[in-house]
Amino acid sequence: MNIKIQGGRVIDPASQFDQVTDLYISAGKIAAIGNAPAGFTADQTIDASNQVVSPGLIDLCAHVREPGYTRKGNISTETAAAAAGGITTLCTPPNSKPIADTTAVVDLIQDRAREAGSARILPMGALTQGLAGEQLSPMHGLSQAGCIAFTNMRLPVKNSLVLTRCLEYAATHDLLVIFQAEDAGLSEGGAMHEDTTCTRLGLNGIPETAETIEVARCLLLIEQTGVRAHFGQLSCERSVKMVMDARDRGLQVTADIAIQNLLLTDENVNGFDPNFHLIPPLRSQLDRAGLRQALLSDGFQAICSDHQPHETAAKQAPFAATEPGMTGLETLLSLSLILVEQELISLSQMLSKLTCGPARVLGIESGQIAEGLPADLCIFDPQAEWSLTPETCHSAGQNTPFMGHTLKGQVSHTLLEGKVVFQLG
Amino acid sequence: MVSGVIKVDALLEKMTLELQNYLKAREIDNPMIIGIRTGGVWIAEALQKNLELKSPMGVLDIAFYRDDFTRVGLHPKVQPSILPTATEGRHIILVDDVLMSGRTVRAAMNEIFDYGRPASITLAALIDLNRRELPIQADVVGDVMLLAADERVKLTGPEPLSIEISKRAD
Amino acid sequence: MFEQQDPNLIQLNSEGQLKHFLTTEGLSRELLSEILDTADSFVDMSAQQVKKVPLLRGKTVVNLFFEASTRTASTFELAAKRLSADVLNLNISTSSTAKGETLKDTLMTMEAMHSDMFVVRHSDSGAQHYIAQNVTPDVAVINAGDGRHAHPTQAMLDMLTIRQHKGDFSPLKVAIVGDILHSRVARSQIHALRTLGAAEVRVIAPHTLLPRHIEALGVQVYTDMKQGLKDVDVVMMLRLQRERMLSALLPSEAEFYKLYGLSEDKLKHAHPDAIVMHPGPINRGVEIESAVADGPRSLILNQVTNGIAVRMAVMSMSMSGQTTEAARRAEQHASRTE
Repeated sequence: MNIKIQGGRVIDPASQFDQVTDLYISAGKIAAIGNAPAGFTADQTIDASNQVVSPGLIDLCAHVREPGYTRKGNISTETAAAAAGGITTLCTPPNSKPIADTTAVVDLIQDRAREAGSARILPMGALTQGLAGEQLSPMHGLSQAGCIAFTNMRLPVKNSLVLTRCLEYAATHDLLVIFQAEDAGLSEGGAMHEDTTCTRLGLNGIPETAETIEVARCLLLIEQTGVRAHFGQLSCERSVKMVMDARDRGLQVTADIAIQNLLLTDENVNGFDPNFHLIPPLRSQLDRAGLRQALLSDGFQAICSDHQPHETAAKQAPFAATEPGMTGLETLLSLSLILVEQELISLSQMLSKLTCGPARVLGIESGQIAEGLPADLCIFDPQAEWSLTPETCHSAGQNTPFMGHTLKGQVSHTLLEGKVVFQLG
Repeated sequence: MVSGVIKVDALLEKMTLELQNYLKAREIDNPMIIGIRTGGVWIAEALQKNLELKSPMGVLDIAFYRDDFTRVGLHPKVQPSILPTATEGRHIILVDDVLMSGRTVRAAMNEIFDYGRPASITLAALIDLNRRELPIQADVVGDVMLLAADERVKLTGPEPLSIEISKRAD
Repeated sequence: MFEQQDPNLIQLNSEGQLKHFLTTEGLSRELLSEILDTADSFVDMSAQQVKKVPLLRGKTVVNLFFEASTRTASTFELAAKRLSADVLNLNISTSSTAKGETLKDTLMTMEAMHSDMFVVRHSDSGAQHYIAQNVTPDVAVINAGDGRHAHPTQAMLDMLTIRQHKGDFSPLKVAIVGDILHSRVARSQIHALRTLGAAEVRVIAPHTLLPRHIEALGVQVYTDMKQGLKDVDVVMMLRLQRERMLSALLPSEAEFYKLYGLSEDKLKHAHPDAIVMHPGPINRGVEIESAVADGPRSLILNQVTNGIAVRMAVMSMSMSGQTTEAARRAEQHASRTE
């Protein structure tokens, strides 16, 4: 199958390429940029005029809820949502049921993703068995089975010696460890950022120290063990500053942020809308400003969706009794474009946080447009307005405060290894 | 649009005289006068003075007893009813400014009974519009007025007391 | 990003009248005063032989208590009955229900019974907001306490007691003492006092019992009783729950009493005419000395009488707000179908 993508503004942040040109795709790979290769005849031509052609997006954290929680979503629905959002690769956390601490579960996830065929899933494996924080998981085997990284998520590894061993073992095999930093005691029972709004609403707060203390502990152990490490979904300015300092000192450490933490603040919780019940919590305006600043100075290599679909009932309760998280695969690109519209960063810089940035974090080759590489592409009109509605939403979860809001930047085509997996309309 | 103003003093004198005769005929001694807020209180005060009654006067706010709560809700600026002495066994002169449907008087009587069982209730009204919807009639009236459908009557006061007749501006 | 309306506007109908009563926050001084004025009328009603008005006759009030309470539940019941409403009391312990869905199910069941008003106590902050957002129109929701968020009828009965004894709020210095962190009463009192124009509102507690940034609510923070009580006109004590000792918030009851218990000695620092209030039930020897609780400045019993009057006021005002809104909706509907 030969595809010609004609007349689009091709942006490849990895090579800083940005010009209106044609792309030629053959056998799932990018055959040429600009001029057609000899003897190329297009079976299909996609008119990309007035649109941006970027590498397919890479989302470092998206829950697909399968196996185990299919009332909230499954690999078929959630990868379809990814494709609709221009995302071709997503990393899934290991808290499925059963937990991804055996190769069987990891195989199952990847098989289902291949069957569904809408997006590539790179599963994260459990850092400890059952995520219980006590025994090392078989990281080497899991990595062979396809685990891209290892994490204990927000579940505590209370014993620092156990955590040290985990990191040493991961370092032995050059495996990436991802931290979602949270101190169990300080965050216990918390439902939102501890500040004025929290005090007024009478909710249990999650202080910033719940994150920063754990970031500090992890950084010290990263330094001691020399493991490749990444911090997922940081929410506090202080946390990212610590990570940046560590990088400056030469540690192999990166970080990402969920797009909502760059746009919203704890004040949005006013009125107890459970759609704003998020973990990590939306922080203060000062934090948001600091996090945006950090994005500019490369404190974050990636922006993710932290996609967490829920069944309707999970959000039908008083605020603290609802399950935290929002869906985000379909809105990741549009919400990130807000940062461009607000002139915080350029379109190319923003796209780097969604493509080559996360690819480098993971140490994978995708996230760029170059001859010979798999044709994972996202074609979108950055000016087109649209809105996510319960009817048009691909994800099984409709839990997002952005439901019904007019957003800018609509994906028209998504290509996964040269195959059109999403087409608008 | 105000179409007419009537002085109240003459009507009050007439009411005082009729009440005196009425009380004498019934052999009622030491009655307790109770005015319905707001206009009824002004009339009651005047009658209290004219009749030279010793017993302190009562004031009723019937907001909690109205029968139109489910249609129009609670009246704003509800004030407490003030009944300075017990009503149990007393002869009561209930005073309102304008008697129309009789619903206000019904509500007022219900409220009075919640304070205790009176010996009797005499109803005095400044104006009777003859638009009865309930079998409630005043024992003493200042004047009977027959208004056109688009006309409204309103007592203004407390000083001076006067009756305004206005036409609805359609 | 989101054009946020004041979420507390959910309590008002399109004419700005009360239709739910969820929190004292965000309500105007006029509206709070109207509640107090209406309550005053009901206080005087106790002179009646038949202590009842027919205002809510034919209406069904459901007391939905997801958290145990005898005092608040019974004053609400009495208030509803004095308004001639039919009352149904339901105590649903949260432990026996899985969260979320069951709350919704309970609501749907209640609505099927054609209830007109829910009086709700729930251990989750914001539960009543959730209920108010999800009930059918015309049903009024009265907050009888939600988590740590609000207990507006308790705060308003305190305001009524203060107004009866002190009149104007504007010259008053008021101190709220004790477990501010866990107290929905304190939060509602602070909003009400600030809106009604009290000159100064102070909170007095150790840092373990003070929520972060409480000063953002417009209060002065004191950790010392003598300094905090200096020249105040009103002392509002809060109840200290015994389980707080277990969660590392305080070393012992004895030490708390020594530092923050209201004794005659500490009360000397307040204004000579200062009044003392407590939402009850009192932990004698923990928050307050018996001599103070039973003393001449203590208004603890007055507060019970006022509690019924205030609850009658907010119940009748909210029902009224719902009623007029429903009438307006019916009119609009009629004019559309014409």
